[in-house]
Amino acid sequence: MKREKRRKKSAHISRRRRLHLHVWLLRHLQVALSSLGRLARAPLSTLMTSAVIGISLALPAGLYLLLQNVQELSGSWDGAATISLFLHQETSAREAGELTRELGLRADISSVRLIDRDNALEEFQRFSGFSDALRALGGNPLPAVIVVEPTTDHSTPEAAESMLSALRALRPVELAQLDLQWVRRFHAITDIARRAIAVLATLLGLAVLLIVVNTIRLEIQNRHAEIEITKLIGGTNAFIRRPFLYAGLLYGLFGGILAWFLVVLGVGLLDPPVARLAGLYQSTFELSGMGLDASLILIGGSTLLGLGGSWVAVGRHLNEIEPS
Amino acid sequence: MIFFDNVTKSYPGGHRGLSEINLHVEPGEMVFLTGHSGAGKSTLLKLIGLLERSTRGQVRVGGRNLTRLKRSQIPFHRREVGMIFQDHRLLHDRTVFDNVAMPLVVAGVGHSETSRRVRAALDKVSLLTKEKAYPVTLSGGEQQRVGIARAVVSKPPVVLADEPTGNLDPDLSREIMGLFDQFNQVGVTLLIATHNLDLISTLNKRILTLDGGRLAQDTRAKGQGPVNTMRT
Repeated sequence: MKREKRRKKSAHISRRRRLHLHVWLLRHLQVALSSLGRLARAPLSTLMTSAVIGISLALPAGLYLLLQNVQELSGSWDGAATISLFLHQETSAREAGELTRELGLRADISSVRLIDRDNALEEFQRFSGFSDALRALGGNPLPAVIVVEPTTDHSTPEAAESMLSALRALRPVELAQLDLQWVRRFHAITDIARRAIAVLATLLGLAVLLIVVNTIRLEIQNRHAEIEITKLIGGTNAFIRRPFLYAGLLYGLFGGILAWFLVVLGVGLLDPPVARLAGLYQSTFELSGMGLDASLILIGGSTLLGLGGSWVAVGRHLNEIEPS
Repeated sequence: MIFFDNVTKSYPGGHRGLSEINLHVEPGEMVFLTGHSGAGKSTLLKLIGLLERSTRGQVRVGGRNLTRLKRSQIPFHRREVGMIFQDHRLLHDRTVFDNVAMPLVVAGVGHSETSRRVRAALDKVSLLTKEKAYPVTLSGGEQQRVGIARAVVSKPPVVLADEPTGNLDPDLSREIMGLFDQFNQVGVTLLIATHNLDLISTLNKRILTLDGGRLAQDTRAKGQGPVNTMRT
């Protein structure tokens, strides 16, 4: 009996709570729509504010995307701790083959490839455009090369270095070269670029925040009379704050969408020439655009910046207006 | 309904708006507040509407001690006190209907209930035909009536009016006072600041006279008991 009563009571409460939530959501939807309507009635100023936000955010987003592409391109070089062993000219093809087999048996080497002198010549002629010069030389000036790829465990710069010195000591090897140095330099450069972009993004994000703060501050000033009267008739601060917060949020949202659009447009414009350039290097590299994640982060981040900016403006300026 | 217990309001610089005011207004009373400009009429009303706070003493309205009321509670107090101003304080970019609806929107009253009550209030002040008009297209008397409709639309128990007939000719003033009398008939407590002595002397209501921030005179309406300003 008692339990029955309690159950009924809790059902009643939850129904009321649901009704409250319903009313609350409806209020927010109304305020959001009326803020949207207010922005739509001043399309030029809305567009300008959103454009400033959009351009400010498109710059770091675009640069980040560019860096991302460069890293993707260099991703294939990441395991590029390959060691090239240039053999003495007088090394016979049989000796070279034997060495290749021996190296292939080592546990710290994942693959070995022999480019014998004939193949090297052929490859060089095909790609370098120096075929005439080579013919003028008469003989084949190119040495045989063994390309050694260490296992992943031995691809770290230190392990690869020590393997390099071990291989350099082998008798048929005239010159051993580790193609790592420039990869490391490249990584250092992209690290700097990443840092620079992060700094730029922070500064421009701050700029967006200030733009929204200023826009909302002006809006508050313009609606001084309305705020004063609303306070007179018993409007709570939350009620007065709400339309301004929605306005800031919408500025951020529009700015974010615009930034996204600008980046997509930029990628679209760059894609054909990049594909042509990649073609010249026998690469099938393609610019990758904004993924879903990056798009959501860009637009969501911009919306949050807008909301944050209006929060700052409202917090600073709404209390200054008191009816008298 | 409204108690002032030894209330003093002084402003920075030493100027005194009100000095040691003791006052009790019964629920359902209609009281006029007169005195020269600067005598403290507006200050007294502002203390009731919590536009200002007393420097010393206690103000209580409808059982609430305004001296102790938190900032966050002020909006809820103001919903219980309708305020009418000489300069109307209407929003000129909104229609008459929207202006009058503001207190209900602020209080979160539903849509259909809001329009029903706004129309009732506009009907009361005979402006039902102007609900879609903008305030600038109305005459001064009509704008004041919109202000009155806004003050009473949420049925507050207390209504304050600061020089409501200040800019109106005698006939319009009489009309406005008639409206206040009607609200008073249904139990609203009214406090009206005015210096239109000719008009209020004909209405047989309690009149408080302020002079230099002090309560100089408290004239009861004829046929009512003696004044007891010390009652708390």
